[in-house]
Amino acid sequence: MADVALRKVVKRYDDVEAVRGIDLDIADHEFIVLVGPSGCGKSTTLRMIAGLEDISDGDIMIGGDIVNDVPPKDRDIAMVFQNYALYPHMTVAENMSFGLRLKHYPKAEIKARVTEAARLLDITDLIDRKPKQLSGGQRQRVAMGRAIVRNPKVFLFDEPLSNLDAKLRVQMRIEIKKVHQKVRTTTVYVTHDQVEAMTLADRVVVMNKGRIEQIGTPNELYHKPATRFVAGFIGSPAMNFIPCRLEDVGGTLQLRLTDRIAFALPPARAARYNALPRTDKLLLGIRPEHLTESHAHLGPGVETFDAVLDVTEPMGMETLVYFGLDGTPVCGRVDPNAGAKDGAPMRLAMDLNNMHLLNEETGAVL
Amino acid sequence: MADVALRPDGIGTAQPARKRSGLQKALKRRSTAAFLMTLPLIILIALLVIYPAFYSLHLATLNKSMQKFVGLGNFEFLFRRDTFWLVVKQSCIFAITAVVFKALIGFIVAHFVHNIPAKGQRKWRGMLLVPWVIPPAMSTLAWLWLFDPSYSAFNYTLSFFGIGPIPWTGDAAWARFSVILVNVWYGAPFFMIMYLAALKSVPDQLYEAAAIDGANWWQRIWYVTLPMMRNIIAITTLFSLIVTFANFDIVRILTAGGPLDHTHIFATWAFRIGIEGSDIPLGASVSLFMVPILAVAAIFILRDVNKRGNEA
Repeated sequence: MADVALRKVVKRYDDVEAVRGIDLDIADHEFIVLVGPSGCGKSTTLRMIAGLEDISDGDIMIGGDIVNDVPPKDRDIAMVFQNYALYPHMTVAENMSFGLRLKHYPKAEIKARVTEAARLLDITDLIDRKPKQLSGGQRQRVAMGRAIVRNPKVFLFDEPLSNLDAKLRVQMRIEIKKVHQKVRTTTVYVTHDQVEAMTLADRVVVMNKGRIEQIGTPNELYHKPATRFVAGFIGSPAMNFIPCRLEDVGGTLQLRLTDRIAFALPPARAARYNALPRTDKLLLGIRPEHLTESHAHLGPGVETFDAVLDVTEPMGMETLVYFGLDGTPVCGRVDPNAGAKDGAPMRLAMDLNNMHLLNEETGAVL
Repeated sequence: MADVALRPDGIGTAQPARKRSGLQKALKRRSTAAFLMTLPLIILIALLVIYPAFYSLHLATLNKSMQKFVGLGNFEFLFRRDTFWLVVKQSCIFAITAVVFKALIGFIVAHFVHNIPAKGQRKWRGMLLVPWVIPPAMSTLAWLWLFDPSYSAFNYTLSFFGIGPIPWTGDAAWARFSVILVNVWYGAPFFMIMYLAALKSVPDQLYEAAAIDGANWWQRIWYVTLPMMRNIIAITTLFSLIVTFANFDIVRILTAGGPLDHTHIFATWAFRIGIEGSDIPLGASVSLFMVPILAVAAIFILRDVNKRGNEA
């Protein structure tokens, strides 16, 4: 087991920079998830750590040693691929033991390690089968088993659950978390699925256009996003961004959303935003769960307004409501019994204690 | 009781309708439609392959003048002739050696081509296929010139190194070498293109997984490439074995079976005896001899393919 460090790592393909000088420190035993839209450079970063891609610039260190020119087999890493990459002509046991056999481990030790990994992953019964005789979930377990038996310094996962159906994905997500709790190997996990990122990671690295947007715990990213990209990427449905401006009215700071709608900011927020220039183009960032139905006992900092709902989506435990504020589409989350109907007016409440204010031009959260 | 009494009646009225719908169903079934659509080709194959095959079986049982039934007489006669056994031996040497080298060269060249960047690959693929595209009767004529006893370009070139002159088609061993060489030159591109297709179908991630598992390039070929290509290798080898065993044009043009029958293979010897020697029944008997030999090879190879087919 080891820590991993990336120092100003760059990957260039001809004229295109896929990864633009990223710095990342991954602690020993840590579970790091790289997340971002396709083409953001997350898989390339993982493949550079694995040694499957050369790095154009910068340094990669595993366990304190620079491994820029070390071939994959000598980096002491194990990788789980999206399409499993199991050898179709080998049995489960042969697949799992392949790396150890190449390194001429004693037969008894190979058997012990394979048995232990199979037990851990609950695939003992499948040990003599060929990959073709396994389901997608079982194949993914075998792929993980192949990584575990090697007892490597670092596990690398490249979108391992993308090929599974939704139900199995949830199940395997929990399995991966359990396995990590047991073996505690440093793990770098790549996914485009923010739910996977949030549920698995000790820390999440959000990437966009070859750069790291933000590194933080799932809670930090959710509640304190640094940029508009992170704020919009993490959370489903996504955070609403509503054009707004700050106004001083009678000594209090007001947030004006439309000609009709303006709210006085709660004191803590007012103090934070008071110094901002009033002319700036600003965006209000508010998550759907902070836009709920209005009721009698609203706390301080929660303001109400009327809206005509365009569409409602009953989800069972909640109903998503969609409406427009001066042409900006907005999504809210209301109680299923609040009586939300398509085309009907509704009184809604906005919790300004959980609002974010963003610079529209730079995308920075203020 | 009432049920039992009513039943025969019911069946009696329902049956014609059921029959008709049964026929309609059979016609609508996909397998029936598929069979009907392939029927023209099946008839064509029957006419062009099965009829001649049975006709040659019939011919092989006749005497030289094709007037009298002699049973297995022609085969008995062949078994007693040394030339026949020479042809059997030569056919085996020719086919096996040529196929082995074609497969080996095809495999190596396919790897080289596979590693050429996609841009230039088409050009190389096209150029490397040329020997296979030229009709062998024509290209063999060119080889004949290269091997010509008086004007051999090879011997001319080798003379600069103090080697030769080599009797390319004049000496038994060299003549065998020459016909195999030309056959390999002609057939290797076929292997190359088949192996290239197989190589392209091996997912890159398998190689990456193997690289991470610690396999060097040789272990990657041995543990990943070869097992993944096994079926293609088997089928290509079988196909080539059949075609090479039945080869006619290259040997016919290059050596015509000489010197002293030392390069004859089944097809050329069957031609010599059957057409040139006017003993068509004996020629048919010779050519029929390829069937059991190839059948054994086919059974072994296809059984392996079937077994492996369930893995990929």
